[in-house]
Amino acid sequence: MTAFLSTNAELVITVVKIALLLFIVLTVNAYLTWFERKVVAHMQSRWGPHRVGPHGLLQPLADGVKFLFKEDPTPAGVDKFVYYLAPLLALALALTSIALIPFGPDPIRLFNHDIYLGIAPLDVNIGILALFAITAMGVYGVALAGWSSNSKYPLLGGLRSSAQMISYELALTMSVVGVLLMAGSFNLKQIIEAQAHHPERGIFGWNVWPQILGFFCFFVAAVAETNRVPFDLPEAESELVAGFHTEYASFKFAMFFIAEYTSMITVSCLCSILFFGGWLSPFPASWTFTHYLPSAILIPFGLWVIWDGFRYETIFGRLILPGAGTVIAGLGAVFVLFPNVNEFIQAPFWLLSKIFVFLFVYVWMRGTLPRFRYDQLMAFGWKLLLPLSIVNVIVTSFVILARMTWGAK
Amino acid sequence: MVPTNYYVILSAILFGLGVFAFIFKRNIITIFMSIELMLNAVNLAFVAFSQALGKLDGQVFVLFVIVVAASEAAVGLGIIILIARNRQTLNVERVDLLKL
Amino acid sequence: MTAALVVFFVLAALAVIGAVSLILQKHPIHSALSLIVVMVALAGLYLLLGAEFVAAVQIIVYGGAIMVLFVFVIMLLNAGVEEHTSISKMAGAPGLLLVVALAGFVAATIAKSTESVQAAPQTGEIASTLGISNMIFKDFVYPFELTSFLILVAVLGATVLAQREKS
Repeated sequence: MTAFLSTNAELVITVVKIALLLFIVLTVNAYLTWFERKVVAHMQSRWGPHRVGPHGLLQPLADGVKFLFKEDPTPAGVDKFVYYLAPLLALALALTSIALIPFGPDPIRLFNHDIYLGIAPLDVNIGILALFAITAMGVYGVALAGWSSNSKYPLLGGLRSSAQMISYELALTMSVVGVLLMAGSFNLKQIIEAQAHHPERGIFGWNVWPQILGFFCFFVAAVAETNRVPFDLPEAESELVAGFHTEYASFKFAMFFIAEYTSMITVSCLCSILFFGGWLSPFPASWTFTHYLPSAILIPFGLWVIWDGFRYETIFGRLILPGAGTVIAGLGAVFVLFPNVNEFIQAPFWLLSKIFVFLFVYVWMRGTLPRFRYDQLMAFGWKLLLPLSIVNVIVTSFVILARMTWGAK
Repeated sequence: MVPTNYYVILSAILFGLGVFAFIFKRNIITIFMSIELMLNAVNLAFVAFSQALGKLDGQVFVLFVIVVAASEAAVGLGIIILIARNRQTLNVERVDLLKL
Repeated sequence: MTAALVVFFVLAALAVIGAVSLILQKHPIHSALSLIVVMVALAGLYLLLGAEFVAAVQIIVYGGAIMVLFVFVIMLLNAGVEEHTSISKMAGAPGLLLVVALAGFVAATIAKSTESVQAAPQTGEIASTLGISNMIFKDFVYPFELTSFLILVAVLGATVLAQREKS
C-alpha cells in the first residue's frame, strides 16, 4: 500500500483532489440554490425558504432528497440513448470545466509533495482555449435533450438554445482576445500575473479598466451561454412550459440543474481571472494590514453564527450552528496567529470573494431583469455585442502596437 | 512514441470510411457529414507529418482546412435547407430533377 | 507498449468505431453524434502529437460550431430515418471496391516509403501556439487574408440562400 502510494503519488493526489473538488462544487451548488432563493425572496419582500432548519439552511438537503425519490417516467417515443445521454453530457462537461481553473499560485507542501490548488497543472498552455472548447461542447446537452424528448416545447427550446449559444459564443471568444493580447498568453496563471505588473496600483492594475468594453461583452455573452436570466429563452416557462427539460424529471432534471449552476460558477471564475485580477488583492501591495481582512470577516461572522444559533431551541440551534460558528471564528483566529497560513490563504480568499460577488450579480440580475424576446436576443448578439467586441480587439491591438513602437510606459 | 506510420494508416482508414459513407448514405445531411469525416482524416495526416518533420506548416494548413470546412458547412447547409424546402425530402434519390 | 501507444490505440479505436457507426446509424442525429465522437478522438490524437492549439481549435470549431450547425439543421428540418431503395443498396458494392482500392494504394505507398516515414526524427518541443501565430501572420499572411474573404463570401452566400423570397 505504501509502496503504491509512493510510486503513484501524483495519481493519488489528483484523484483525491478531483473527489474533493467534486464534493465542494456540488455542495456549493446546493447552497447556491438556497442563496438564490433567499436573495430573490428578499428582493421581492418575501422570506424565502425558512421552514427546513434555521434560515431554511436544510432546504437544499430536502430538495436533494426530493429529486432522488420523485418518480422518473420516461415518455413514450423518446430516443432512449440520446435522452439518457443529454443530461449526462451537460453535467460532465460543466464539471470538467471547473477542473481547469487554478485557485491559487502557491502549492501546499504535504508529505514531500507540492500540492497546487486546482486540478489541471498551472502550466497548461491552452488553458483558456481548453475552457472555451468545453463550453462549446456544452450546447449538445441542451440541444440533444430538446430533440430526443420527442415533444414540441423541448424541441423549440433546443432549437432556440443551439442558435443562441452559437451566436453568443462568437462574442464570448472575441471579447477575450483583448485580454489575451495584453497578457500574451492563453495560460490562466500568466493572464493573472500580467495584471500584477504594478503591485502598487492594486485594483487599478486589473484588466477591467483598459478592457471595460471587453468585460461588458464577455459578461453579457457568458450569461447568455449559461442560459440565465435575461437570456433564459431555452427554458422560458411562460412560453415553452420548461423548455428543453420539460420531459425530464427526478434526477435527470437535477443533472441539468446542477450543470447550470456549475457553469455559473465557471463563468464567475473566468470573469474574476480574466478581468478582475484573479487571486490578486485589490489593495496596493504596501498595505500589508489588509492581509488580516479574512480574519476580520471570519471572526465576527463566526461569533454572530454562535449567537444566532442560541435563538433556536432545536438540536440544530443548540449544537450545529454554534459548532459551525466556533469553527469559522477559529479559522479566523488561526489566520491571525499563524502568519504563514495567513499569507497562503490570501490568494484563494480574494479569488473566492470575487467569485462570490459575480454569483451575487447573477442572482441580482435574475431578481431584476425581464426576459428578452427572441428576435431582440438575436439582434442584440449579432448587431451590438459582436461588433463591439471586434472594435475592442482592434482598439486594444492598436494601443499595444503604439506602445511597442513609441515605447510609452 | 507512436510511429508516424500508425497515424497515416489511421488517417487512411478514416478517409476510406468517409468515401464509403459518401457513396452509401442516402440522406443529404449524412453525405455532407462524410465529407467532413474525409477532411478530418486528411487533417490527421497533416498534423502527424508536421510532427514527424518538426515543422509547423502542416498545423497551419490544418487551420486553413478547418476554415474552409466551416464556410463550406455554412453554404452547404443553406443549400440543404433550400432543397428540403423545395422538395420536402432529404433523400438524394428523390432529388433527381434539375427543375421542378 | 508505452503509455503513449496505449492512448493512441484507444483514441484510434474510438475514431474508427465512430466512423463505422456514422455509416451504420439510420438516423442523421445518431450519425452526427458518431462524427462528434470521431472529432473528439482526433482532438485527443492532436494533443498526443503535441499540437495543442490545433486540438483546441478542432473542438471549438468542428465540435462546437460546425457540428452544432449540423444538429441544428437536422432538428430544424425534422429529418427522419434514412430510407434505402434497392438501387442505393447496390451503391454499397462500388463503394466497398473503391475503399479497398484506396486502402491498398495507401498501404502500398506506406510500404514503399517505410524508411522516409518511419525514420523521421522525433523533434522535441515545438512551441506550437507561438510558432503557429508567427507562421500565420508572417509566412502565410496572404492565404490567411484570403480565408477571411472566403468566410465573408460564405456568410453572404448562406444568408442569400436561406432567405425566403418576398412575394
